[in-house]
Amino acid sequence: MASQNEVDDMIKRIQAAKGVQGLIIIDSEGIPIRTSMDNETTLHYAALISQLTVHAKRVVRELDPSQELEQLRLRSYKHEIIVAPESKYIMIVVQVPEAL
Amino acid sequence: MDIQYVYTKKRSEFGRQVIFTDRPVELIADIPPNLELSREYISRNPVELAIQNVREFSEHWVNTVRFETENRGINHVEGGWPKDINSLEPDQTSRFRKKTEKEDGYTRSMLSLGQLVEHTIKQNNAVDIYENYFQNLEPDVVEEAPYAKTVNIYRDPHNARRAANHISWYADGARKLAVSYCNLEFQSGANDSFIDSYIWDTANPTKPDLSLKPISPLVCIEFNPKDTHQLVGGCYNGQVCIFDTRKGSTAVEQSLIENSHRDPAYKTVWLQSKSGTEFFSASTDGKVLWWDTKKLSEPVDTLILDIEKKGRLEHALGAMSLEYEPTIPTKFMVGTEQGRIVSCNRKGKNDAEKIGNVFPGHWGPVYALQRHPNFLKTFLSVGDWTVRIWSEEMRDDCIMWTKPSVHALTDGQWSPTRSSIFFTTKMDGTLDVWDILFKQNEPTLSIQVVDEALYCLRVQEPHGRLVACGSQNGTVTLVEVSDNLCIQGKSEKALVNGMFDRETRRAKILEARGRARRDIRGKSAHGEKTEKTTTDGGTVEAELKEADPIEKAEKDFWKIVEEEKRKRDRKTVTGTEKTAGEAGEMAQAEEAANTTGQTVQ
Repeated sequence: MASQNEVDDMIKRIQAAKGVQGLIIIDSEGIPIRTSMDNETTLHYAALISQLTVHAKRVVRELDPSQELEQLRLRSYKHEIIVAPESKYIMIVVQVPEAL
Repeated sequence: MDIQYVYTKKRSEFGRQVIFTDRPVELIADIPPNLELSREYISRNPVELAIQNVREFSEHWVNTVRFETENRGINHVEGGWPKDINSLEPDQTSRFRKKTEKEDGYTRSMLSLGQLVEHTIKQNNAVDIYENYFQNLEPDVVEEAPYAKTVNIYRDPHNARRAANHISWYADGARKLAVSYCNLEFQSGANDSFIDSYIWDTANPTKPDLSLKPISPLVCIEFNPKDTHQLVGGCYNGQVCIFDTRKGSTAVEQSLIENSHRDPAYKTVWLQSKSGTEFFSASTDGKVLWWDTKKLSEPVDTLILDIEKKGRLEHALGAMSLEYEPTIPTKFMVGTEQGRIVSCNRKGKNDAEKIGNVFPGHWGPVYALQRHPNFLKTFLSVGDWTVRIWSEEMRDDCIMWTKPSVHALTDGQWSPTRSSIFFTTKMDGTLDVWDILFKQNEPTLSIQVVDEALYCLRVQEPHGRLVACGSQNGTVTLVEVSDNLCIQGKSEKALVNGMFDRETRRAKILEARGRARRDIRGKSAHGEKTEKTTTDGGTVEAELKEADPIEKAEKDFWKIVEEEKRKRDRKTVTGTEKTAGEAGEMAQAEEAANTTGQTVQ
């Protein structure tokens, strides 16, 4: 239970960080467990990113079998999507970097 | 020799079972050898006969049918839920979510992932690692050879012998092309088979986006620059019609045939007006008609192209092309079938006031006429085998022209982005790109687009990079040109302006000279008549000779140099005291030479 609180705290911290537009946690099936964006966008991201993560994992594995995909960053003109995958869950954060 | 064996049989015995009997051999025919025939032959020895034990092959080639593709897609919105959960019920889904959150692995994974992600976020916030440092630098102009490549080919789906004779780009964003097809060959007959004209989407060359069905084939088609769904088309039978892409394929409005042209309406151009509904059309019957789309039953205004300004239709020139610049709304120009170019003014109470200057033009019909987008006083005209550039100030002659080419030119247009470039198409299927700042005696780039004649061309308006050319058998080719043919350099506009000014001045000086000579000769002719003969003739000659200041300046110069040389020779004998004086004299002589040089210029 305490760890549950920790997790909640951490999620709140991430959401409050500078420039973060949204956070999605999806499981291996692509079902969004926790999200801070509206349903339609969440589903869109979940579907697209889960597929991309599968491919990316395969790329890293095939190039060097000892490696595993740790993090995937997609930068576009307007924002950056940070994807952190694990065996069962994937965490997706959309951020507009305000470092300028 | 015919060997026959004749036998008879009773008809009642036909069809009876055959009973065979045996009997001895009977000789029916005997052909003895005829030795005389053998004398007509000689034996051939050796006999050569080629035999090959090889499998027989035959060659045959086949081209596959064009593969037509279509794009289909499926929209998948939500899924992935386990079978027992109905995704539409919110409490079931939230229960599922809470259950997964309570799983053991969840907390651990979340914490580790969370740390990773936080680190990245803070990194992003600290430094922008994707910053573009030299964003505002202009790209260096790379001096590469200009090239052009075909992007797409749009073929007429009907395979009829129709030429694509006019192309118009969609006014907004240029993704679409409207092409009018018409068989303009004289009395070619099968004209009524396919009279459709098409609107093509540049991305889809297999099938036209929309087909327009007029009553008679369209000779010319133009998108309305103000209302992008409207198009005006000039028909082969002289009518003009309005199409609306939202309202289907047939013409929304059609002009009454009694009040339209009597010959194909070769050009229709939209006018700049507040309502955006006015356009005018020209045809080889000698008339220019102004129309309003709201009322196509009769033209708003008429102009008969009689250059003698007497409004006689029998003496009118047939119009082949029109030129209209939206920034000068009252003036326009007409290129005629007889080769002249007439500059007209819309505001004129009668025909005489409407017709302005008449330029001599070409030796054949003027197929294209366009003002330079940046220098409105110069315009180019395409006809016979040359392209001529005219200035409005020079009425008698063009200021620049190209060398006559081997093939007739059919269409031409200035590039909208680069001031010194224009494109032309020829009857042998080549598209030429001319750059008058670079090379004037031949095109900078000449591309063989198709094997048959190209009849029209249109450059895509805002960027000047894509050029659509229509050919004789209805194929429209989209060609993309390289960057250095569509991106303008910094001083280009000024250089081109300078060039036009120089050429205009040259033409003016030549004209003035010509006039002066003619006047003088006229006076001398007069002089001979009234018998003031040789003296006047003598002064004329002297005047003409003196009017050659270059020679005079040269003579003066050499005189001075010779004098100086002589003086120096004399002075070296006398000594160096007078060197200062010499320098002064040399300076004086130089000044004298300079001043005469300046008067020449």
